[in-house]
Amino acid sequence: MPVSVRQRRPVWKRALTDQQIKIAFITPTLLLLLAMNIFPLIWSLYLSFCEYYADQPESPRWVGIANYRALLTDPEIWHSFQVTAAFVFLAVGTEFILGFGLALLFHRSFAGKGLLLTLFLIPMMLSPVVVGLFWKFIFDPNWGIIDYLLRLPGFEWVTHPRRALWALVIVDAWMWTPFIMLIALAGLSAIPQSLYEAAAVDRASSWFKFRHITLPMVSPLLIIALLIRTMDAAKLFDLPWTLTDEGGPGNATETVSLLIYRLAFKMQDTGSSCALAYILLVIIIALSNLFLRQLKKVKGEL
Amino acid sequence: MSRWQWWIIVAGSLCLTFLALASIAGQKKNITIVWAEWDPAKYLRELSKGFTKETGIGVTVVEIPWAQFQDKVFTALAARDPNYDIIIGDSQWLGRGAERKHYVELTDWMKKNVPIKDIYEPALVAYGEYPKGSGRYWAVPAEADAVGFAYRKDLLEDPKEKAAFQKKYGRPLTIPKTWEELYQVAKFFTRPKRRLYGVAVYTGKQYDGVTMGFQQVMWSFGGDYGDPKTFQVEGYINGPDSVKALEFYVRLAKECMPPGSQNYYWSECLDAFKRGLVAMTMNYFAFFPGLLSEETNRYAKTTGFFMVPRGPKGHYISLGGQGLSVSAYSKNKDEALQYIKWFWQERVQREWARLGGFTCHKKVLNSPDFLKATPYNPVFRDSMKLLKDFWAVPEYAELLDSCQRHLNAAIVGAKKPKEALDAIAKEHTVIFRKAGRLKRQ
Repeated sequence: MPVSVRQRRPVWKRALTDQQIKIAFITPTLLLLLAMNIFPLIWSLYLSFCEYYADQPESPRWVGIANYRALLTDPEIWHSFQVTAAFVFLAVGTEFILGFGLALLFHRSFAGKGLLLTLFLIPMMLSPVVVGLFWKFIFDPNWGIIDYLLRLPGFEWVTHPRRALWALVIVDAWMWTPFIMLIALAGLSAIPQSLYEAAAVDRASSWFKFRHITLPMVSPLLIIALLIRTMDAAKLFDLPWTLTDEGGPGNATETVSLLIYRLAFKMQDTGSSCALAYILLVIIIALSNLFLRQLKKVKGEL
Repeated sequence: MSRWQWWIIVAGSLCLTFLALASIAGQKKNITIVWAEWDPAKYLRELSKGFTKETGIGVTVVEIPWAQFQDKVFTALAARDPNYDIIIGDSQWLGRGAERKHYVELTDWMKKNVPIKDIYEPALVAYGEYPKGSGRYWAVPAEADAVGFAYRKDLLEDPKEKAAFQKKYGRPLTIPKTWEELYQVAKFFTRPKRRLYGVAVYTGKQYDGVTMGFQQVMWSFGGDYGDPKTFQVEGYINGPDSVKALEFYVRLAKECMPPGSQNYYWSECLDAFKRGLVAMTMNYFAFFPGLLSEETNRYAKTTGFFMVPRGPKGHYISLGGQGLSVSAYSKNKDEALQYIKWFWQERVQREWARLGGFTCHKKVLNSPDFLKATPYNPVFRDSMKLLKDFWAVPEYAELLDSCQRHLNAAIVGAKKPKEALDAIAKEHTVIFRKAGRLKRQ
């Protein structure tokens, strides 16, 4: 269409250019992202410096770093950080060892491998809330199967102040070990067979092959798996909510995420809960950076 | 994009908008009632069909599981959510609902539209009035409730057991009238080798579990949460009587309850009883219907009920139950009020009681029909006279949370009773000071 004709037409009669169509498609997404992600992030950062209760008519009142100071000097908060740290270390460590071990086993060929692999992956596909609820029955000291099989009638798991955390670790490992296994298996499958063949020609031992071929080749993927699991475990909420009844017994399994929930929704203390959420965010970012640095190191980029 | 394509999009959008508007206009009026997920909510759904039939206004009853009930409703109120028209909230919510302007004040409206003289007075105060004694109402009683006990007659009324009990304790085996008697009976029936335990009481951290179980022991032992006039708590909640009460409650839980029972709330207590694990169980009366059916309770035929026992310094029972409040953010306030007016007619209250609801209507509550309807209704009626409640101030959720954490810690042995109560006193003092109720001395 000649430009002069196009310019004479009213705007609503003109056909859209490719650029305009692109903008028309992208703008709603961008607006939605700004409204649903960016704005709440900035607003909650502002609220973390305010005294504000969501269900009170008063507007947020700027208090500077008072919320952060109060949180970081509260022994209860430190207890929750200790619980979370212990859980992350124990659960992710267990999942790593078991997951990698299982991946090494599944890397071999054997009859029924496909079926077994599928069965192993099922826990990962279940909802954590459902998992928490049925493990609560499994751990029950009166009619649970664990105590029955171990011949320990009346042995308490989720209601014992020291054993409750171990119960969480067991359930989390049951659920997420297949995830580490799956990623490690992908890494193992990607190692060229020629490397092992060359090593065999040089009469390298199994340990040598594992130490100098398998581990270096698979470690970038393992680090990514650990990164994802660590981030996820540090935010743990649903399992202690259902399995140990809101972080019980007492506050023995109260993770930081549960504490944030308690501050935000039970106390409606929006200011403090936002501050605690940001503290957790900073810790998770710092941990992620450590893993990413390690990832670059093993890839030779550092 | 061509001109025709533009026109198609514009015409399509207009059609959709028109259809949406037409559908909204064509809808009948509807009100939404939010309540906890339990049998009374189902009775209410059934009852409300009558309201729809008479007025043409639809009623949706939204049920929220008990563990999330308070959090979800108050989050909705904080967000000024207009989706809930009537809130059937716990008695302790009144202060928060009233002072934070989430509830509509009903004082003047009630005088003209609700037969106040027919409402059982303690229920009206407990479920509707804030501040207590002010004559200002924010809710109309919906479902009364109290804590009670269920027991197995095949055990407590067994002649062999009676003889063995008489021999051991030198007194007849009867339904416990005092907490000490309850401990004795529970201890007597605790036989781990037979997988039988004496009692199931509330010990869990969920919602208000352990607090509701313990507070009635505390009051009956002479303790209290604090002074409701000065909001002084030091020396009350951690005073010698309260400490003795918690020591007793912890001993009862430790020695007479099944292993792993430190997280028991209403459903766990019911399960333990139905499975034959315990001889007696504490629970709210509203949860007892499930014990009467042989389909859900194999001991249904031999299940009896008794009142919460008295203590050395009094007789108090934890209050349950809720009132109907109108949300300040509702867009159907007139219809919501119309519903409450309808609900409080005597004929509707009779139907409510017939379906299984615990009415607060004096005449219906004392009617032979109501008293004969279930084996626990007479016990419930008598329990109503002894009810006492937790703090109903706006800070109640923080106060309750503190109690739940520390009392549960005492139950599991992570804290000594005195330590737990001292921790509660300290936190309650901070909460009341922050709210400006308790002045620094």
